[in-house]
Amino acid sequence: MTPAMSDAERLLDVDDLRVSFRTEEGVVHAVDGVSFHVDRGEVLAIVGESGSGKTVTGMSLMGLNRSPNATFRGRATLKGRELLSASDAELRRVRGGEIAMIFQDPMTALNPVQRIGDQIVEQIRAHEPLSKAQALDRSVELMERVGVPRAAERLRSYPHEFSGGMRQRVMIAMALSCSPELLIADEPTTALDVTIQAQILRELDQLRRETQAGVILVTHDLGVVAEIADRIAVMYGGRIVEQGTLDELFYDPQHPYTWGLLGSITRVDRDRPGRLPAIAGLPPSLLAPPSGCHFRPRCPHEFDKCVQRPELEVRDPAQPDHCDRCWLAVEDKRRLRVVDGEIGLAAKQGKVVA
Amino acid sequence: MTAAPLLEVEHLQLYFPIRRGVIVDRTIGHVHAVDDVSLSLGEGETLGIVGESGCGKTTLSRAIVRLLEPTGGAIRFRGREITRAGRRELAPVRRELQMVFQDPQASLNPRKRVGQIVGAPLVLHGVKGAAVERRVRELLGRVGLNPEHVNRFPHEFSGGQRQRIGIARALAVEPKLMMLDEPVSALDVSIQAQVINLLDDLQDEFGLAYVFVAHDLSVVRHVSDRIAVMYLGKIVESSPAEELYTKPIHPYTVGLLGAIPIPDPRQNRARRRLVVAGEPPNPIEPPSGCRFRTRCPRATDVCAAVEPQLTEYAGGHVAACHHPLNVTDAEIAAARRSPLSPLSSGDQLPQPHASLPGGDAAEVAAEG
Amino acid sequence: MARFVVRRLLSMVLVLFAISILTFLIFQAIPNGDPAVRMAGRLATPEQIAQIRQSWGFDDPIWQQYLTTMGKIFSGDVVSYTQQLNVLDQIKQALPATLSLSIGAGIIWLFFGVLFGLISAIKAGRFTDRALTVLALVGVSTPVFLLGAVALYFLAFKLTIFPNGGYVPLTDDPVDWLYHLILPWCVLSVLFIGVYSRVLRSNVLDTMSEDYVRTARAKGISERRVMVRHVLRNSMIPIISLWSLDFAAVIGGGAILTESVFNLQGVGQYAADSIQQLDVPPVLVVVMLGAFAVVILSALTDVIFAFLDPRIRLTG
Repeated sequence: MTPAMSDAERLLDVDDLRVSFRTEEGVVHAVDGVSFHVDRGEVLAIVGESGSGKTVTGMSLMGLNRSPNATFRGRATLKGRELLSASDAELRRVRGGEIAMIFQDPMTALNPVQRIGDQIVEQIRAHEPLSKAQALDRSVELMERVGVPRAAERLRSYPHEFSGGMRQRVMIAMALSCSPELLIADEPTTALDVTIQAQILRELDQLRRETQAGVILVTHDLGVVAEIADRIAVMYGGRIVEQGTLDELFYDPQHPYTWGLLGSITRVDRDRPGRLPAIAGLPPSLLAPPSGCHFRPRCPHEFDKCVQRPELEVRDPAQPDHCDRCWLAVEDKRRLRVVDGEIGLAAKQGKVVA
Repeated sequence: MTAAPLLEVEHLQLYFPIRRGVIVDRTIGHVHAVDDVSLSLGEGETLGIVGESGCGKTTLSRAIVRLLEPTGGAIRFRGREITRAGRRELAPVRRELQMVFQDPQASLNPRKRVGQIVGAPLVLHGVKGAAVERRVRELLGRVGLNPEHVNRFPHEFSGGQRQRIGIARALAVEPKLMMLDEPVSALDVSIQAQVINLLDDLQDEFGLAYVFVAHDLSVVRHVSDRIAVMYLGKIVESSPAEELYTKPIHPYTVGLLGAIPIPDPRQNRARRRLVVAGEPPNPIEPPSGCRFRTRCPRATDVCAAVEPQLTEYAGGHVAACHHPLNVTDAEIAAARRSPLSPLSSGDQLPQPHASLPGGDAAEVAAEG
Repeated sequence: MARFVVRRLLSMVLVLFAISILTFLIFQAIPNGDPAVRMAGRLATPEQIAQIRQSWGFDDPIWQQYLTTMGKIFSGDVVSYTQQLNVLDQIKQALPATLSLSIGAGIIWLFFGVLFGLISAIKAGRFTDRALTVLALVGVSTPVFLLGAVALYFLAFKLTIFPNGGYVPLTDDPVDWLYHLILPWCVLSVLFIGVYSRVLRSNVLDTMSEDYVRTARAKGISERRVMVRHVLRNSMIPIISLWSLDFAAVIGGGAILTESVFNLQGVGQYAADSIQQLDVPPVLVVVMLGAFAVVILSALTDVIFAFLDPRIRLTG
């Protein structure tokens, strides 16, 4: 399914990942057959809106959402080692050691009652036999590297004494502390101001170049994606609906949902349109998703074949890395996606209640 | 702009006192949340207020609807002074001045049914009996919700739908002006577009004026007639909406624009950006002179010594900067001091570019 | 810190003043509350009553009576109306029993409350959790006098495992002291264990869903360390304040029922007896003692709070 690449650089392989949760209302199929891979030194962006399954995917790789009510199927291997079925002890070595994670809200992601230094040291010492003093020394280096001024002194501070941007730098320092091979960044800049976001993105990009770690960037923001991603997977209703390189996704998007996403972004670089092209309706319920294509109820180009489940396949042989889940013919797509001269989603005929 | 503005704010100040003391609290300092801000808004217009967290935009919007008590200055709504108005005087104004909050989850009472939430302002203003329900259904339909859902609770709706409920509630009493405090920030991209379009339609239909508060420049572009950029309690630039994007004058505005990632990889790779370094300073003791100077690549001595006045350039574009970008020396010569300028600001016009060491306006352009 | 101490001292004076006035006034308002009549006995002549009234100062204006009583309390020679014994001496005698009861019970209920609460939270939704929930409800809703009486009847009277009430000073015989206190401790603790385990359970569940706990797990530290260093420590903060207030209330006479059932002759029992006889001075002293304990302990809690949670500043 995933396009062939030189396996020497292959870091992470995810094949047909399925995650479901038992709830009082029924079984939620949060992730429904997701496959992708991440190579050393590359940034894969997983893009989607709330409820698309993008966060669950990231958390599942680290086993952070294991619970008696959760079921995991499929395979996820990090350099050949299976993650989904790993024991708790194995997982502990992976977490923070081989895969590190940066979370969305730096305001709540650090323990408010522990000193910053202690929190970084705790992670280092969980993976390496260092003394507390040695671990502190390394923490100072890390903090300086991610641009925290007066690092040695600030290690003694508590999280509330830091601004949001500085806390996110601390989170990055912590994530890097054991030289992970894969970094999962879950909306790392969403809670930050734009000028701080630009600084943090720059930081992440530089670190990725220096450490050659693979990065999974989970986000809803296509602007951020355009900034640092190499490849993109667009998720909708628990499935990847389109996957390809940055340029393929932005300049030759194949799935109507991707068109809708690209069309509905408010942009500073273009004249304002009279009306923002919105995607009508709401995302599907993961309790009882529609049969066939999950985007079908909101798609203006729906036709009879859409009740069958489309597979994630390469549909244009000229683009072997570019695959999508849409039944439309490639030439039709290229025609249908142009709305008022820009890529966008046409309005759906008939009433769709918001 | 129409003859008599709907809303006028003059030299508005709102300071939060910091109190400390052993037995009796004494005020030992102030957070200068809003520090001498002037603006005006005509009927049916939209003013976007943009700035990063801590710039005072939310405080400003709450001071205007008098949820917070202003420290100084004046607020006039339809020509009537409401800065110090008491509860009774405010009542009729409150009806015409409604607020929609950022977090639709937190601003709706989870124990009330949608019908009660939207109907509450109606009942408060004397509508009775079956007329309330009829009007509520009408409003729900108008904001794109199913009128049959009057008996549902807020948690049964998605985020975007909840924001529609908040809008219906504000709309219920037929306001003239709606304060929208980051109304779409908490919503998904595709839902943001729906809500913005709805706000657009409602404006056309009811002739509403909006004050639209946002933290970045991309969303306000679509709704605003005029945009004001705030930094640390002051307006640093204000202009007709489109011009702010094509011809930003203040270095902070340029930095804000440059910081927004453009969802277009080729353009992103191509553009040179002015990155605003560092973080905003402490609003308790803001920097002297120009408040942005500590982060500004163009700052010189004059920026620390003299607070820049709001200079009015051609076309009603005002900016408070000693070393403006994207304006020619001729434009500077033709400019004049804006009456919106803070009272404490100096009265000198910006310096011509030749005086700036190595300075050339084209060096840092918006998208160059 | 200076501000904190000064403010707390000020508020303590205010609280003591307010509560003493309130208590004093309540007793003035109670019908048949005239102490002279009661002190004179059943067959007293009006002259006798008038004489008592005059010698004890009961016909002075209320504010003056209040001042006299308060003066006596602070100079240490306040005397009860009925027994005419020095109130402070009486309380000093009763205090060891009350302190023994409350300190022991306080430790027990804190320990078991936290233990059960933690287990309940970790097993949330499973059988153990449900069983503990039912137990906690039973514990909370069983009145102390019933529980105490039942325990005494079966364990002391029928099976004679435990002594039938009473208090033995620690200095006389530590083992006997312990032996006499086990039942009262348990009986007093049951209610609090029920409440605390429920409070801690919900605190722990809230904390477990905090982002920083997820961060801690993502670091690869052991689950045990996550629970102890990140979950439990943060969940305990509100428990500490609850505990110190309850503890203060128990010291200040809140264990009246337990003390009476087990005949411990503690402060609470003393207060209960005095209330029955409408004897103002002892009640006043006990009430003020309780208020004093509450104020001091809550100040202490705030200090502990500020230590546990760096975001909190001591401001009074």
